[in-house]
Amino acid sequence: MKDDSLLSKIDFDKSKLTLHDASIIINKTKKIILAGNPNVGKSLIFNHLSGMYVDVSNFPGTTVSITKAKYKDHEVYDTPGIYGLSAFNEEEIVARDIILSGDIILNVVNALHLERDLFFTQQLIDMGLKVSVLLNFTDELKKRKIKIDTERLSKLLGVKIFETSAVSKEGFDKIDEAIEAAATGNRQMELGKILHTLNENVKSPASSLLIMEGDTSLAKICNAECGSPDERELIFINRRNRINEIVSEVESEDSKKGEFFSKLGKLSLNPITGLPILAVVLVLVYFFIGDLISQRVVDFTENTLGKEIFEYNVKSFVADFTSTQINVDILDENDNLIDNKIFNFPQGKNADPVSADEFRTFSTQPNSVSDFTFTNPIAQLFFGEFGIITMTITYLFFLLFPLVIGFYFVMALLEDSGYLPRLATMLDKFLTRFGLNGKAVIPIMLGFGCITMANITTRILGTSREKSIVTAILQFVIPCSAQLAVITVLLSSAGAGPLLIYIVTITTVLIVLSTLMNRILPGESSPLLLNLPSMQIPKIGNIIRKTIFRSYAFMKEAGVWFFVGALGIGLMQISGLLIIWQDILAPLTTNWLKLPKETATAFVMGMVRRDFGAAGLFDMSLTSMQISVAIITITLFVPCIASFVVMLKERGWKEGLTIWFGTWITAFTIGGIVAQILI
Amino acid sequence: MKPANEIKTSELTLNKVNRGSKITIISLPAGNMRTQLIRMGITEGDSITCIENLPGGTIVIQKSRQEIAIGHSLAKKIIVILQYE
Repeated sequence: MKDDSLLSKIDFDKSKLTLHDASIIINKTKKIILAGNPNVGKSLIFNHLSGMYVDVSNFPGTTVSITKAKYKDHEVYDTPGIYGLSAFNEEEIVARDIILSGDIILNVVNALHLERDLFFTQQLIDMGLKVSVLLNFTDELKKRKIKIDTERLSKLLGVKIFETSAVSKEGFDKIDEAIEAAATGNRQMELGKILHTLNENVKSPASSLLIMEGDTSLAKICNAECGSPDERELIFINRRNRINEIVSEVESEDSKKGEFFSKLGKLSLNPITGLPILAVVLVLVYFFIGDLISQRVVDFTENTLGKEIFEYNVKSFVADFTSTQINVDILDENDNLIDNKIFNFPQGKNADPVSADEFRTFSTQPNSVSDFTFTNPIAQLFFGEFGIITMTITYLFFLLFPLVIGFYFVMALLEDSGYLPRLATMLDKFLTRFGLNGKAVIPIMLGFGCITMANITTRILGTSREKSIVTAILQFVIPCSAQLAVITVLLSSAGAGPLLIYIVTITTVLIVLSTLMNRILPGESSPLLLNLPSMQIPKIGNIIRKTIFRSYAFMKEAGVWFFVGALGIGLMQISGLLIIWQDILAPLTTNWLKLPKETATAFVMGMVRRDFGAAGLFDMSLTSMQISVAIITITLFVPCIASFVVMLKERGWKEGLTIWFGTWITAFTIGGIVAQILI
Repeated sequence: MKPANEIKTSELTLNKVNRGSKITIISLPAGNMRTQLIRMGITEGDSITCIENLPGGTIVIQKSRQEIAIGHSLAKKIIVILQYE
């Protein structure tokens, strides 16, 4: 029997059936769906079949967009890792639609968690789908001395079981066989009776089961009625009991599992031992990201690759054709000015080969800084100081990209080692005060890297309420890595007092903000319910794959907004709006914040990139109290344009704009209050 | 099925269970959380161990080889009895 359930085609059951039969004769193309719980190695199998990189994740939320690939004559689809099909969230709805449209389901099961995973397997079988089970991580099984009687399991479920190991790729040669052998398995006995009572509108047994189990969105599409809570309950409990019985029959265990790691796992859960462990982890992370990546690596990529090679050549090329003034400074080792020349090319460099040659020789000396000013506003817009092409590419690819890679690498490492879910558990209670649960630690940690990246990651949170709170925290109080670097330098010259004032002020804002939001926002936040995978040494291949995939996905999703932001600021600069805006802010800056007039420029530039705001302050001589006020204001202040746009996309116009204006008001209010007290 | 709000004297909620105790689950809360628990492998009648009761009430339970963290507000709604051996 062909189990056709593609939602939009339910009404055309008959025609689709013949069409499908015909297509079988013409070619053997089948739609193969990989389905399974999170952490079953599904994506690794998909990588193997497709030869592509996909995200392999411990946390649901990273594979919501569906990956499709060709495998031999077939089409293979990867689905988000889910525990069942009940349309509880976006991932389940996405997975449901793909699964219902598939010909064959390859159900990937983690051999270490049979009880959990087979529940979904049984649901797929109950839906009457053609299923083969890939029993993954069987190599781990041997290590932990667990035995699974796969023959018996296969008999009980009524579908074929294939042992695989996604890490060593053992058993992958059997996947073809698994595709061929896919079959409808043994349904729960009780289901037959229940399904009789079903609504006639639904022709596919798969859809009718899901509707029976309370899938309201599917019921609406099919114009059918959901099963009563009791019926739904009965199906679930029966399924659970059946799986528990099956597992106790097929699984046997010889010994206890790995002692050291399980002990470490326990220690990292309890705050008494867990906080010192966290401190050690953070110090290691600091050395890796704060020192190695953001100082050494970024210094090379941003200054050498980005500014000296990329920007210099692009600008110099543009200067061939258009009216340009170039100021070249030659510095010594301590950044002192030792020589300076200004070149004028009213008709562009090509029109004046003699001076152009002189410029080339002069500007290619070591430690030279060339500053191009284009007369043509369009050239200035695209290639000038804040040029869309020049500045944004340097920023995006040579500064932000290495940092993003560094952050995703660390996150993958923490995730795969099993530490991250334990950290989330340890911090759960603390975060519930703010109306969040432990999972919120992930976007907040990422925020110290890049707010834009963190804004996207809020998707993993359970309710819209939690997403709002975390998004607000990120925009208001979390300084991104670019800002942190500048803040650190400014503070280092200011001493301990301002640091203390800074920390106290920011922490107070954090507590007031999140407590208020928790009070005001309607509804309830979701409680923590998190599977803790065993602690282990992460597999480096998997870490690298994850890092590459996520960094790529981030650039793809957010990259364009950095260009849009630069275009906006560029247009403001050309049209003179930037100056007007600075003039509006200037009295506020001098009278209220008690900072020099030029800091207004730094604040406005902070809109393009938050670090600009802070970096602008380098050149001014500020007292240590003024430094406190400036960094407090900048931290609380608007996020960069890219994070602003991504926030609007994630949270909608109303909420995004509220947060955005909120940051302006808070930054100037709090900054001002601190200034009035201190200065 | 027993409603979640009737608690007998020998029964207690999961958030009150001490670390290391073996317990049997008597009742889970209704609604979506129930389904999610069932799907993760936790049902009424299950025998589990509480391996951590963190300050503040986040609970970590173990069932066979699986460890699951449960937030305080959810643990409060799960009724269990202690197993005596």
